[in-house]
Amino acid sequence: MATRKIVINPVTRVEGHGKVTIHLDEEGHIGQTRFHITEFRGFERFVQGRLYWEAPVIVERLCGICPVSHHLAASKAMDIIAGAEKITPTAEKMRRLMHYGQTYQSHALHFFHLCSPDLLFGFDAPVEKRNVFGVIEAYPEVAKKAVLMRKFGQEVIKATGGKKVHCTGSIPGGVNKNLSKDEADELKRDADTMVEWAVEALELCKKIINADAKRLLEFGTFESNFVSIVKEDGCMDLYDGNLRAIDPDGKIIFDQVKPADYLDYIKEEVRPWSYMKFPFISPLGKEKGWYRVGPLARLNCATYIDTPIAEKEREVFMALGNGRPIHSSLAYHWARLIELIHAAEKIRDLLNDPDLQKDDLLVTGKRRKRGVAWIEAPRGTLFHHYEVDDNDQITMANLIVSTTNNNEPMNRVVKKVAEQYLDRKKITEGLLNHIEVGIRAYDPCLSCATHALGQMPLIVQLFDHNDDLVDERVRG
Amino acid sequence: MSGAGRSVFVLGYGNPGRQDDGLGLSMAETIQSLGLSFVTTDAAFQLNIEEAETISGYDVVIFVDASVDAPEPFSFERLAPAGEVTFTSHSVSPGSIMKLAADHFGPAPEAYVMAIRGYSFEFEEGLTEPAQRNLEAALTFLSDFLSRRSRESVREDFDPRLESAGVK
Repeated sequence: MATRKIVINPVTRVEGHGKVTIHLDEEGHIGQTRFHITEFRGFERFVQGRLYWEAPVIVERLCGICPVSHHLAASKAMDIIAGAEKITPTAEKMRRLMHYGQTYQSHALHFFHLCSPDLLFGFDAPVEKRNVFGVIEAYPEVAKKAVLMRKFGQEVIKATGGKKVHCTGSIPGGVNKNLSKDEADELKRDADTMVEWAVEALELCKKIINADAKRLLEFGTFESNFVSIVKEDGCMDLYDGNLRAIDPDGKIIFDQVKPADYLDYIKEEVRPWSYMKFPFISPLGKEKGWYRVGPLARLNCATYIDTPIAEKEREVFMALGNGRPIHSSLAYHWARLIELIHAAEKIRDLLNDPDLQKDDLLVTGKRRKRGVAWIEAPRGTLFHHYEVDDNDQITMANLIVSTTNNNEPMNRVVKKVAEQYLDRKKITEGLLNHIEVGIRAYDPCLSCATHALGQMPLIVQLFDHNDDLVDERVRG
Repeated sequence: MSGAGRSVFVLGYGNPGRQDDGLGLSMAETIQSLGLSFVTTDAAFQLNIEEAETISGYDVVIFVDASVDAPEPFSFERLAPAGEVTFTSHSVSPGSIMKLAADHFGPAPEAYVMAIRGYSFEFEEGLTEPAQRNLEAALTFLSDFLSRRSRESVREDFDPRLESAGVK
C-alpha cells in the first residue's frame, strides 16, 4: 500500500541530528515510524589502532554530556586488558564518586531542562515558554537550585577526574589520584543540601504528575522488556554488576550475566534505513527481544536500592505498577529523580569515607587481549568491548551506547504519540510538541559530540505518498 | 575562582575530538599558557547553566566557540543577556548564560563572544589548516585586547567589532 512520509529533522532540544519520519498509508493510518540518528560507528573505527591505555581519554569525546560514563566504561574494559580485574578500594571509590557526580549533574540538568518545562507548563504550551528559561521566569528558586546542582556535580567530576573536560583520573588498573581531605571537605559543605534539593525536585515532579496522573502516565505508554545492571543480590548499582533482563510482567529473562558473555544474550540488528543498530535479547529474537534501558529500567529491574531515601521512594514508585513493572514513558522522569536522590546520598556517604585519601591507586596483572565492561550511564546501560593486539593497539571496538539500547523504544513512543495526535493534513505544533515530549523522556544523546554555533535548526517536512513535499515548518 | 579588580574570564568550549569544534578549547589553552595574572581560563565540552554562577564572579567574560558560519577568520562581539530559546537539550547560548547570571547571581559581567570560523567537524583530532590560521588571527586579536584591558578601563565607546579582523 502506498504511503506518504512526514519528516521531522532534527528533533528539537535533543542534541545532535535526529530525524523523525512517519509513514502513512493511503487511508492516513500510521504505517511505520522511524527515529533516525546520526550515530557513532565512525568513532569505533577512530579508536582502532590507538593504544589501549589511551582509550579512557579518547572515548570521552563521544559525548559532551556523559563523557564520564565513556571514560569509566573504557577504563573498566581496559582494567581487564591490563590484568587488573579487581582494582583497589580507593580506586573503585574514586571512580564511583566520579560516576555519581556525573549522574547527579546529568539528571538535574534533564529534569530542569527537559522534564520540568513540559510538566510545569503543559505539553501544549508555546515553545517560547516551554523551555528552561520559562522555568527560570516562573520558578526562579527552582532554576537557581538547578544551576547550583549542576555545578556541584561538575565540581565532583573535576575533583575526581582531574578536570571538567576530558577527565584523566581513571586509568587502566585504577586511578591516578585520590581525593585530598581539603577537596573532600570542600564538597562536603554542600553535600547535605544537594540531597535536600534532590528530594525537593522529586516532590515537585510527583506533585505535578499526581495532579494529572491518568493522562500523564498513559502518555506514550507501551509494554516492553527491561535490562539493567544489578548486584548479585539484585540491588541497583550504577557503577558495576551483572546484567538482568525482565519481561513485561517482571519475570526474569536472564540474570547475573557477566560482561564477557554479553554476546550470548544481546545481539544487534541492522536496518537499512538507520545508522543506529537495534539491540535485542537474542534468546527472544528480534521481534520480541527489544528492551528498554535507563532510569525506568533500573527501577523496574532492581530488587532494592541501598540508600535509604531513594529506597523509600522506590517503594512508593513501584506501587504504581500493582506488582508489575511500570511501563509509562513519562515515568522515566520520576525514576530519574529517584536516582538523583540516590546519587546525592552516595556522594554524601563517599565523601566521608577515609579510603578516598589512601594512596593505593593502581593494580597490574597478566595482559589480556579482550576486555568487555559496562556501566549504567545516566541514560542507560553502556557496553564497551575492545580487542587489543600484542602491540597494545586496539584492533576492534564495539560500543553499545544507552541511546542505541533505547532505539526501538524511541521508535515505539513516536508511533504511539503519532497515532494519537497526527493531523493527516499538516504538521501541527501539537504533534511536534507531543513527539518531543515522548522522545525527551528517553533523553537520547544523539551525535552530541559536536555543537558548533548555528547547527541546530528544527525543520519539519511533510511529504505525500509520492514523496512530494507538501508542508514544511522550521523552528530555530 | 573570582579575581580581584577587573578580572577576566575566558571560557572556551567545544570538542577537540571533532576537528574544528576544538577551536574554543585551543584558544582557552593558549590564553592560559600566556600566564596573565588577571585572566582565568576554563574549558567545557558544552556551554551549560552552571556557568552562570561561575561568570558572575568576573568583571569581563569572553566566550570562545567554533562557528560554522561566522565571518572569516572570526567575529568578536559585545554580548547582552538574552533568554534565547535553544533547541538543544545539552547546551545553552552565551546570552542565556548571561541572563541567568544577571537574574540570579548578581550583576552580569561585561561579556563578549568570540566565534572562530571552523570548516570540518568529523571524528578526528586536530584543527584543519584554515581553522588553525583563523585561530592564530583570533589569538593575535585577543592577546592585544587582553593586554589593553590590563592597562585601561573599558572605554564607553569601545566597539570591538570594529577592531576584529576583517572588519577593520
